[in-house]
Amino acid sequence: MRGIVAYGAYLPYWRLERKAIAEALGVPAGSGTRAVASYDEDTTSLGVEAGRAALRGVSIVPHALFFATSAPAYLDKTNATAIHAALDLPVSAFAVDVAGSVRSAVGAMRAARDARGPVLAVLSDVRTGLPGGGDERDGGDGAAAFVFADDAPEARVLAEPLGAASATAEFLDRWRLPGEAASHVWEERFGEHAYVPLGEAALTEALKQAGVTAPALARLIVAGPHGRAVKRVAAAAGVKKEAIADDLVASIGNAGAAQAGLMFADALDRAQPDDLVAVVSLADGADASLWRVSAATKRPAGVAARLAGGGRVSYPTFLSWRGFLQREPPRRPDPQAPEAPPSLRAEAWKFAFTGSRCQACGTRHLPPQRVCVKCHAVDRMAPERLADVPATIATFTVDRLAYSPSPPMVVAVLDFEGGGRFQSEMTDVDPKAVKIGDRVAMTFRRIITAGGVHNYFWKARPLGGSAR
Amino acid sequence: MASNGIRDRVAIVGMGCTPFGEHWDKGASDLLVDATGEALTSAGIELKDVDAFWLGTLFSGQSGLTLSRPLKIDYKPVSRLENYCATGSEAFRNACYAVASGAYDVAMAIGVEKLKDSGYSGLPGSGGVGDGTRAALTAPATFSLLAPAYAKKFGVDERQFKDVITRIAWKNHKNGALNPRAQFRKEVSKETIACSPIVAGALGIFDCSGVSDGSAAAIIVRAEDAHRYTKHPLYVKALSFVAGPAAGPIDPGYDYTTFPEVVASAADAYAQAGIKDPRQELAMAEVHDCFTPTELVLMEDLGFSSRGTAWKDVLAGTYDLDGELAVNPDGGLKSFGHPIGASGLRMLFECWLQLRGEAGQRQIASVGRGRKLALTHNLGGAPGECVSFVGVVGSEPSA
Repeated sequence: MRGIVAYGAYLPYWRLERKAIAEALGVPAGSGTRAVASYDEDTTSLGVEAGRAALRGVSIVPHALFFATSAPAYLDKTNATAIHAALDLPVSAFAVDVAGSVRSAVGAMRAARDARGPVLAVLSDVRTGLPGGGDERDGGDGAAAFVFADDAPEARVLAEPLGAASATAEFLDRWRLPGEAASHVWEERFGEHAYVPLGEAALTEALKQAGVTAPALARLIVAGPHGRAVKRVAAAAGVKKEAIADDLVASIGNAGAAQAGLMFADALDRAQPDDLVAVVSLADGADASLWRVSAATKRPAGVAARLAGGGRVSYPTFLSWRGFLQREPPRRPDPQAPEAPPSLRAEAWKFAFTGSRCQACGTRHLPPQRVCVKCHAVDRMAPERLADVPATIATFTVDRLAYSPSPPMVVAVLDFEGGGRFQSEMTDVDPKAVKIGDRVAMTFRRIITAGGVHNYFWKARPLGGSAR
Repeated sequence: MASNGIRDRVAIVGMGCTPFGEHWDKGASDLLVDATGEALTSAGIELKDVDAFWLGTLFSGQSGLTLSRPLKIDYKPVSRLENYCATGSEAFRNACYAVASGAYDVAMAIGVEKLKDSGYSGLPGSGGVGDGTRAALTAPATFSLLAPAYAKKFGVDERQFKDVITRIAWKNHKNGALNPRAQFRKEVSKETIACSPIVAGALGIFDCSGVSDGSAAAIIVRAEDAHRYTKHPLYVKALSFVAGPAAGPIDPGYDYTTFPEVVASAADAYAQAGIKDPRQELAMAEVHDCFTPTELVLMEDLGFSSRGTAWKDVLAGTYDLDGELAVNPDGGLKSFGHPIGASGLRMLFECWLQLRGEAGQRQIASVGRGRKLALTHNLGGAPGECVSFVGVVGSEPSA
């Protein structure tokens, strides 16, 4: 039996209160919050964090990676390769983008489901709209990842696919030209007209394939960028009212290509064995899939727990992060793009945070060295990945002169548990709250974009204690 | 294997130093011509009398042509070198060795930097970013890492620590106010210093050295020839330079309250010069106060204060112009300014003036009471990963 053997979700630390939009622009903006990717996050880095969450605690290594997003960080260049590198997957593992639209997520999940061997599907999105608009207000950022494999003692199937159906149609509901900052939408009632029959058709067919009736569903997930159509399809499905899953828009916002995945992960967090879960995605047609939960999947660090944390970002800061409010830079040289050859030579360090350990005396080194700093042995190093090792702050500073997309830059000297030191930028942090002795964890980020190149690397984020 | 030094084998017989500051009307070439002219006049020689040249500059030119082109040097050896912010001292050290070796009779060491053409706050960046994994923090930020580490280790609270670094800046501005060549020639109140806008960590704008243009030069001859040029030469007692393994940022054993490179170069220099107790034997010290916490830590690394006590000595005025040991009597990097390649030679220029009794209003009393040694300390890099120079000069050859 093949199915989902592991999954994980990632929500960025920051939340924007919708009332902050209302106060700033004098428009009604509703209530609640939306999740906001920080200035140093994009769909690739969010995807890495979701992938790490999915793979944490399972011993299987994916043979392939499908990455879906509506907002790829690069065009013409695969983004899944950075996720592949950051997750330290073997060279032999396939990695490909299924990118450009919300429906791409369905494609990644289907490809992972239908493949052979362990396969990782990563669904990630950053949703941006023009200031004062619906997409800004109701969009959200986040990522979810699912590992598909055959049932085996080392990785039991948690959710088994029972059926899937699609309904495809060409119509203009939502679109964005390459390079545009925000999407366009046709009038709302037209989309509802187009989507509702497609959603009903896909769900009906998926249920029929599985030989299941709607009232038997423990959970119905309907996702999609068109809020009214989503509500109509869910309400008309004939399921128990309490079975309809929270669309998470009030707290996270609609996370585009990641929305169905986040809702599915949240449902699995709460599921009981033998629960039947249907997932319907309304995006350029409708896609429905039906799943049987086969084992207990309760997760303490699930979607709800991630939702509970988080700091508030002000609306002007949010606008500057999204590029709608350009701030005066410091009188410093422009940041430079990382260079391609050294980045390739340092791939394991830069992307996987792999240092080295001296085989002569056991000293850890970050970045990896050829000569041991302690015993001076030459070329006696073995690689050692420290991405999941916590660290403690030895000293720190808040640099108000350095160029940063969101000043000030906080930098800490980190001493890792079990040895090793590195001077690292910090993120998701209150500069006033940093203290010597605070514990931190590493997180994959886009440090800066310079000269048309995204510089991906790791930063430290507070681990309990101060800001988090 | 040993660091033997060249104590008393060479001497400085002439020096020049331009005013440091914002020379909008002068380029690096002009500054080099000015400093060279003053140094030659001071030694009573002409350019053709100099056999070889060492030019130190970090950003303001490459190759010996940077010097030979503006001065029209006719087919003589000109070396251009760079060793971060210790560049000026490195030019001096290499010129001294060349003379001591007998290869040349007369050498000139000169340093220059033209920083104000860049338009940046602080220093321009240097080179590419490679794989982009080094945190791109600025110089003040790297040195500000000392502050919380020192304060925590020695139980100095945040407010006391700010008082200590404020007093260092206040002292150096007070000294600089007496120096016609300094970039900032006025006293600044402690309140103004303490309330200046924060740049990095605990450091305000007044905790940072001046970004400036300038040049300084020294003429070096064999010690036995020195009196042919001047009645009052300065004898080179010690030259020590070390590059550390840059272990601080990768070794948890480093605690950000010291510069091991400075400790090593100071021990070497004191051995070369035969100094046992620097605080008692030196008339003065010019140290690398790039940022105020640097000067604090240097007082311990150079052996002036014992570990964990420099902050008390600073508050007690030990290092004031009229204190037990005058530190940075010319205003230091803080007030004189820090045109990188020139700074090491500028420090020597103050030793030249003080030990010869030519420092005017800044003249240190202990020289009149018989102290004859002066120290210069020049540092480049950042805490945990730096190069350090310690030199000692004296107004008399050893007995």
